[in-house]
Amino acid sequence: MESRENLEEKYREALSNYLKEQTEQALYQGQKYSRKTIEHKISPEEIISFHKSTLMDTYEDLPDEVLHSLDFLLEVMMGYGIAYREHQNLKHLQQELKSEIEIAANVQHTLLGTNIPKVKDLEIGAISVPARHMNGDYYHFVQDENQCVGVAIADVIGKGIPAALCMSMIKYAMDSLPDHRHFPKSVLESLNRVVERNVDPSMFITMFYGLFDPETHIFSYASAGHEPGFYYDADKKEFTDLTAKGLLLGVEKKTQYEQYEKYVAPGDMIVLMSDGVTECRTSEGFIERKTLIEFIEKNMHLSAQEMVNNIYKQLEKMQHFQLRDDFTLIILKRNV
Amino acid sequence: MEFQSCVKIINEWDIVAARQLGRNVAKELGFGTVDQARITTAISELARNIYLYAGQGRVCIEKLFENGKSGLLIVASDEGPGIPDVRKVMEDGFSTSGGLGAGLPGVKRLMDEFDLDTNVGKGTEIRATKWLR
Repeated sequence: MESRENLEEKYREALSNYLKEQTEQALYQGQKYSRKTIEHKISPEEIISFHKSTLMDTYEDLPDEVLHSLDFLLEVMMGYGIAYREHQNLKHLQQELKSEIEIAANVQHTLLGTNIPKVKDLEIGAISVPARHMNGDYYHFVQDENQCVGVAIADVIGKGIPAALCMSMIKYAMDSLPDHRHFPKSVLESLNRVVERNVDPSMFITMFYGLFDPETHIFSYASAGHEPGFYYDADKKEFTDLTAKGLLLGVEKKTQYEQYEKYVAPGDMIVLMSDGVTECRTSEGFIERKTLIEFIEKNMHLSAQEMVNNIYKQLEKMQHFQLRDDFTLIILKRNV
Repeated sequence: MEFQSCVKIINEWDIVAARQLGRNVAKELGFGTVDQARITTAISELARNIYLYAGQGRVCIEKLFENGKSGLLIVASDEGPGIPDVRKVMEDGFSTSGGLGAGLPGVKRLMDEFDLDTNVGKGTEIRATKWLR
């Protein structure tokens, strides 16, 4: 590291050069010098003192007023010097915070990790991308001893760290559900009780839970105020909303959820999502569900995982690579 | 050699008197202009805090001579309300965001040593030292 004396000497040199000849080259030296002083954390008041001592050494007959004015300037710059040092420290703190959040995001990733199960007759694709570092969306697959596969998708109202913390709790609550109780209706009812008891009243969670039985090919599902998905009927080549009534989790302790059933024919598809998908915003406003269907149709020839990846990429591009909300999309496709 | 003199802080003009005292002592000790400005700014901040939050108190300036080094000690004391959350006032961006100036973290940075004692309802004493290099 260069010493303070050295930097003072450099200032003297640079300033003398400029006083001799007012060239752009000499000014450029000044700019380069300031980069160096910032690097060495020299504060503005010190530079004024360098300036003053250079002038005093160079000119013997300098009017006192000029020197006094520099003392005054130095005093005025004190506040800037303090603000500068504070800024340096805050910058450092911000960096620390950022790396802490990155670690937290990794922890969350591990904590909420889920494997896509292999199911007879069913192909599954899933993608979940946080708007910031941490994800307030959550999806999870469970496979029980009868090979039935459960799919959960949940969204905390809000995003960022508070939402992510909340989600970790949902995951824990899901894990501690008894194995025989993976009926959509009862899953939502028990999670509702957990959320109601443990989560801040200002925080709400929407959730969809579905269960696919590979023997009967029946998909049963229930929703707690979650963004409705789509059902694709391969026979009619038609998309319909996968609507289900139900109150958000955590609003009312004794909420009962309705359970719906649907026979999934070969080629049929179930599309589940968080509101980050429908709330994709382009310059023309939110995308319409109709537009979303067009995207799905365009990618229908692909595998389920390729479909969700492609749809995400296309929507991301449409909103100029800026996600406003966490984005989760799941596609279940019955093989032909 | 012992040396201490104090200024009572009751109104805003006393801040100027405290600064003047600090600057004189700093000059006598041989501090350069930058350090003089740092010391007086620190005194200003401490005296201003007394004036704004405690109503009244005093600022004392002491010359220190230890192990061949000389230094200047500022002691700012008051019998005001005290500081309930010291960690918070020592946080960057806490006092400055309200436009109150450098705040205590600023004073700490301007000086070499900084020590704070406070009791809620009883008062606060802040001691800050600058050593001559």
